[in-house]
Amino acid sequence: MTVNSDEVTREVEGRLLLVHFLRDHLGLTGTHWGCDTSNCGACVVWLDGEPVKSCTVLAAMAGGHEVRTVEGLEQGGELDPIQQGFMQCHGLQCGFCTPGMLMTTRALLDRNQNPTEAEIREAISGQICRCTGYATIVRSVQWAAAEQAGTRTTVDAGAQS
Amino acid sequence: MTAVSETPVTAFEDNDQSPVGYGRMLRKEDPRFIRGKGRYIDDVQLPGMLHLAILRAPMAHGRLVSIDTTKAAAHPKVKLVVTGAMLAEKGLAWMPTLSNDVQAVLVTDKVRFQGQEVAFVVAEDRYAARDALELIDVEYDMLTPVIDVRKALEADAPVIRDDLEGKTDNHCFDWETGDAAATEAAFAQADVVVREDIVYPRVHPAPMETCGAVADYDGVDGKLTLYSTTQAPHAHRTLYAIVAGLPEHKIRVLAGDIGGGFGNKVPIYPGYVCAIVGSLLTGKPVKWVEDRSENLTSTGFARDYVMRGEIAATRDGKILAIRTNVLADHGAFNGTAAPVKYPAGFFGVFTGSYDLQAAYCKMTAVYTNKAPGGVAYACSFRITEAVYLVERIVDCLAHELDMDPVQLRLKNFIRPEQFPYETKTGWVYDSGEYESTMREAMRIAGYEELRREQAQKRERGELMGIGVAFFTEAVGAGPRKDMDILGLGMADGSELRVHPTGKAVLRISCMSQGQGHETTFAQIVAEEIGIPPADIQVVNGDTDQTPFGLGTYGSRSTPVSGAAAALVARKVRDKARIIASGMLEVSVAALDWEKGAFHVKGDPSKSVTIQDIAMRAHGAGDLPEGIEGGLEAQICYNPSNLTYPNGAYICVVDVDAGTGRVKVRRFIAVDDCGTRINPMIIEGQVHGGLTDGVGMALMEIIAFDEDGNCTSGSLMDYLIPTAMEVPDWETGFTVTPSPHHPIGAKGVGESATVGSPPAIVNAVVDALKPFGIRHADMPLTPSRVWDAMQGRPQPPI
Repeated sequence: MTVNSDEVTREVEGRLLLVHFLRDHLGLTGTHWGCDTSNCGACVVWLDGEPVKSCTVLAAMAGGHEVRTVEGLEQGGELDPIQQGFMQCHGLQCGFCTPGMLMTTRALLDRNQNPTEAEIREAISGQICRCTGYATIVRSVQWAAAEQAGTRTTVDAGAQS
Repeated sequence: MTAVSETPVTAFEDNDQSPVGYGRMLRKEDPRFIRGKGRYIDDVQLPGMLHLAILRAPMAHGRLVSIDTTKAAAHPKVKLVVTGAMLAEKGLAWMPTLSNDVQAVLVTDKVRFQGQEVAFVVAEDRYAARDALELIDVEYDMLTPVIDVRKALEADAPVIRDDLEGKTDNHCFDWETGDAAATEAAFAQADVVVREDIVYPRVHPAPMETCGAVADYDGVDGKLTLYSTTQAPHAHRTLYAIVAGLPEHKIRVLAGDIGGGFGNKVPIYPGYVCAIVGSLLTGKPVKWVEDRSENLTSTGFARDYVMRGEIAATRDGKILAIRTNVLADHGAFNGTAAPVKYPAGFFGVFTGSYDLQAAYCKMTAVYTNKAPGGVAYACSFRITEAVYLVERIVDCLAHELDMDPVQLRLKNFIRPEQFPYETKTGWVYDSGEYESTMREAMRIAGYEELRREQAQKRERGELMGIGVAFFTEAVGAGPRKDMDILGLGMADGSELRVHPTGKAVLRISCMSQGQGHETTFAQIVAEEIGIPPADIQVVNGDTDQTPFGLGTYGSRSTPVSGAAAALVARKVRDKARIIASGMLEVSVAALDWEKGAFHVKGDPSKSVTIQDIAMRAHGAGDLPEGIEGGLEAQICYNPSNLTYPNGAYICVVDVDAGTGRVKVRRFIAVDDCGTRINPMIIEGQVHGGLTDGVGMALMEIIAFDEDGNCTSGSLMDYLIPTAMEVPDWETGFTVTPSPHHPIGAKGVGESATVGSPPAIVNAVVDALKPFGIRHADMPLTPSRVWDAMQGRPQPPI
């Protein structure tokens, strides 16, 4: 499979989960595991551009496909706007859910350049954060959307309560 | 001294003011987290590392008859299989809990809760370890479990703790506080007495990262390195020394980054001990990371108090006394993590924020066939339960008096001039401006307008509720004379080294689980010595590097460790002043300090910066007499009292009359945590706690069936709020500094978890007022709200 643009080939057990393949075999520990039941979303990565929960995908199923993880967000030493947004707006505390949140919201912004608060909340509704209470995550995504659109200052003034 | 106004934040950039001291500042830890470069327990990969998995009991109560590990041991990838009997031979089958009880590491005699540890396997990879668990044959004799806490002390209840000599019942402890006779007298003269049975159900902190450890024993050095998810690295080190008989200087505990704790990572769990034993026996590093089901069913739960609340008042709403009788479910082992003299934690603050004539609490704690724990989930040592009780019973009184719940509270608040205020249960509240704080919340909420809206909606048959809660916490344990955990005093150390080029390293004993200590503590030191936070590295979570202290829980980091950081910085500044006097050739008394530099009084042009002084301190030139060189210090801070943060919370809910579904429409939180170090981080802590409150009030419960099966063993069953269940939070603040804390700060990490559940439940009950309802127990799920609307509210099971 291709992981963050690198071609990787491994012999693995058929039952190996993608999350464990990424973490234990490739050392990409940015993707986290949190629940076993696809409820928490700490393990979200992209499979051919779609966010998936890698605790519920077999590594073998990803064979021949493109996987993108949180380690692949930063390009050429430049942080992705969504990464900057989470830092700027305190969209994380312990950081454990953050990689999954980043991958989901990056995908959201690729499809919808100016999501509403309701759209952002719905996009991350399959993921759990125990620290932030979500409001700052919403703001982080709005920050990134404005940053990409080059309209950040204007959006800022109105977006904060 | 209350300052309400600070310009509200209107732009995200205001989070990055980069102050040399207090103020909004982006977090120093975030660059690694947003790149996926955090260092959590399961990220630890050591050469030759083996994986450990634990076999857990399938029933709540059963006698162990036999255990056969032959097939598991024969698995080609298995290196080790260990049973309770094998641990017993080494004297390691039982370990002390944080409440001076004992807990089985692995079962030797009988199973006491579902999910209890029975045996463990160490194998080459995590999948093989799990496979081998299936190959262990265990035979049990089923025993009748004790599940209903109300029946635990019945004469014919099976005795759970027959491991304790002479134990003939399930009684755990009795505890009381306050004055029973004075309280009875106050009740006798009251116009109105309200009584309500109030349950705080069993819930679970469920941090996103589960608990785990990697034990790495070096047989040559005799040194154990233990990476583990611990909120209290130093306390754990000492306990491992005692339990495992390892010399303490040969134990290094490393906590790394922790993916949320909330109290779940305070206790020592059997899994940690198993990992140590695994490494001792194999000579290899051994990793154990629990799965989500193990986390929910076997590690520290929270709450589980069945409370009878009684309140006595005059007809015009002057509260005279509060009395409560509590039945506490402590599970199979008393694993409560609380100071020794406080078996019920700080539940004694159940008198709340009110000026009473008398108060009394009588508590009985019992053993049941459930997982141990009790103090967790951001509870501030049981203040969650205390605040819930008082804020619920005060609302019940408002209901009976047909009085506005805000007016009732305003009438009974402790007044600013009464501080320091000693409560009828002996707590000395340090400071507060309760009425100002309450009125600020009412202002933000538009309280009167909300009441008008509610009246209109009631006429239309719509169920809108407005809930109010005011809490006072007691955090920052604590004074050594009163507080210790297993004999370890609750003071905290801090060490500050300023390097020759003026950059500094601060070593602290508390342990971040996401609170942002690397940022906040750098700001505390920056405020004191004027070195920018970016130039201050904060080290925590490594017992070989940091001074002793009891860790982070009960909102104690800022009150205790934060005080230590400020004082160690002042000690360094005092030394810097002497060196500066030599550099400027004036007396120490002739120097003025302005953040970052000393200058000669009356001549600001003669000045040396802290960086100049640092270089001089390490340089070759002469120093004033008595100064040997270097610019560093270490101290230990013993708090003189706890700090008492407080806050006013207002919740607005809409209840669907057709389904019983509760929607939290608005939530206004005004917190007073004294001096505010980083407002961005404070607001984040409050937001998280409010979300916990929505979970507990509306969704979360660790439930059991009558056979003792835990029916909340996954995140499919244990429901935690997502972004869809919570509103955009509205926060405000007042500032009433703590008079005894070096920088006037109070703890805030758990305030919102403590204060929000009663606000939400009060709002739902208020919405249901047309149904004549005065109380309904959490979690207020649609079905439970519906039952209440039908006139058959049920206590949770």
